[in-house]
Amino acid sequence: MEQQQPEQFTFDFQTEHAQIVPGPADEIKLKLGEFAGPLDLLLFLIKQEQANIFDIPIARITDEYLRYIRLMKGLDIALAADFVVMTATLIEIKSKMLLPRDPAEAEGEEIDDPRKELVDRLLEYEKFKAASQMLYERATVEQAIFSRGRIESDENNAEINASVFDILTVFQKIVARRKDEIKMEIHREEVSLAEMIRNLKKRIVESAEVSLNLFFEEMQTRRELVTAFVAVLEIVRTESVRLIQKVTFGDIILRKV
Amino acid sequence: MEEIVEQKTRTSAELVAVVESLIFVADEPITIKLLGDVLDEDTEDVSSAVEELQREYEARESGLQIREIAGGWQIATRAEFHDEVRRFLKTRPSAKLSLASLETLAVIAYKQPVTVPEILEIRGVQSASAIKTLLEKRLIVTKGHKETVGRPMQYGTSKDFLIQFGLIDLSELPSIEDFEEFAGTAFEQ
Repeated sequence: MEQQQPEQFTFDFQTEHAQIVPGPADEIKLKLGEFAGPLDLLLFLIKQEQANIFDIPIARITDEYLRYIRLMKGLDIALAADFVVMTATLIEIKSKMLLPRDPAEAEGEEIDDPRKELVDRLLEYEKFKAASQMLYERATVEQAIFSRGRIESDENNAEINASVFDILTVFQKIVARRKDEIKMEIHREEVSLAEMIRNLKKRIVESAEVSLNLFFEEMQTRRELVTAFVAVLEIVRTESVRLIQKVTFGDIILRKV
Repeated sequence: MEEIVEQKTRTSAELVAVVESLIFVADEPITIKLLGDVLDEDTEDVSSAVEELQREYEARESGLQIREIAGGWQIATRAEFHDEVRRFLKTRPSAKLSLASLETLAVIAYKQPVTVPEILEIRGVQSASAIKTLLEKRLIVTKGHKETVGRPMQYGTSKDFLIQFGLIDLSELPSIEDFEEFAGTAFEQ
């Protein structure tokens, strides 16, 4: 695909529209969605141009790259910002290569090829691309092999593992019920969180299972209730304790693991 | 295991048989160590029992196989019967990972523990949604924060990754440098 058009450096994403050339464009259209990123697209273009990766014809590849970006834009494919970043990188390299060498620099000294960094990245990326192909093949082979389905055991039986939201529901129910009952608090005997945690721990150790409903019911004041709730959260987080709910919206049981 | 275990009176044939039972009921690949603990047998004896079992299945060309995967042992169907098994289960090969997710997974598998910026550096593209997908599919897990500016989260592959890609452990993956040759030669015309 030899392009003899004058080189164009300006690129406005707002006004540029895709030019869908008849023929090979359809093929392009099909392939557009398949690029995993700008490096992937670049590799594809370099191969398509049958160019040597160690001597990339940067002007030609940049033009091709821009053509694809316009196409994507025209086809309304959401353009990832990373594709735009690569456009800038390519244009920068291209302009660097057009600039005459700095005469102040020592003659004959090896000057870094502006393309070098990009080539290194492409080669590194290509390795992982090949590795992902290998993973794909492994997964395909593996999918032809079936192991036994799950057998019911303690780990996965019908008891539903309760979530924080389930505890909250239980807590809210009790708070709502208590609201009307408590008329006034005469004296404030504060139970600290540490104490509450100690009490709860003791009960779990003694009776192996503690019903959250019953535990919350025992609390005299709203303050105590809140402390009790925090204690439950803390114990579940730090100790080997499981929350088990046998029926949705049912009572939640604290059980030692 | 606090239960009282019977005295070791198993013959080697019995050991092979009971190992078979346990491998069958285990939900996940079961390790030699766990088999040894449950049966109160030396790991060496268990190990040779498992290998004997594997040979037996192979010798009679069973439809099942005893295979080593993700650090343990598993009983599974043989790959050549996948058509029939799928027809019965009415399943198709499950949804494949997208190109982006596979690439991200490859980077994580080889570079773990690895952070999001490090993945971006290699892939040249943001991988946030791919990482989300991989986490949801439990193919990767978080591996704590990296002690560097911003303390970014690190990711690594999970046990499910080993299982789904049929690996005994990570060392079974070919070296990433093996792909270099492939990458280089692809361009030499």
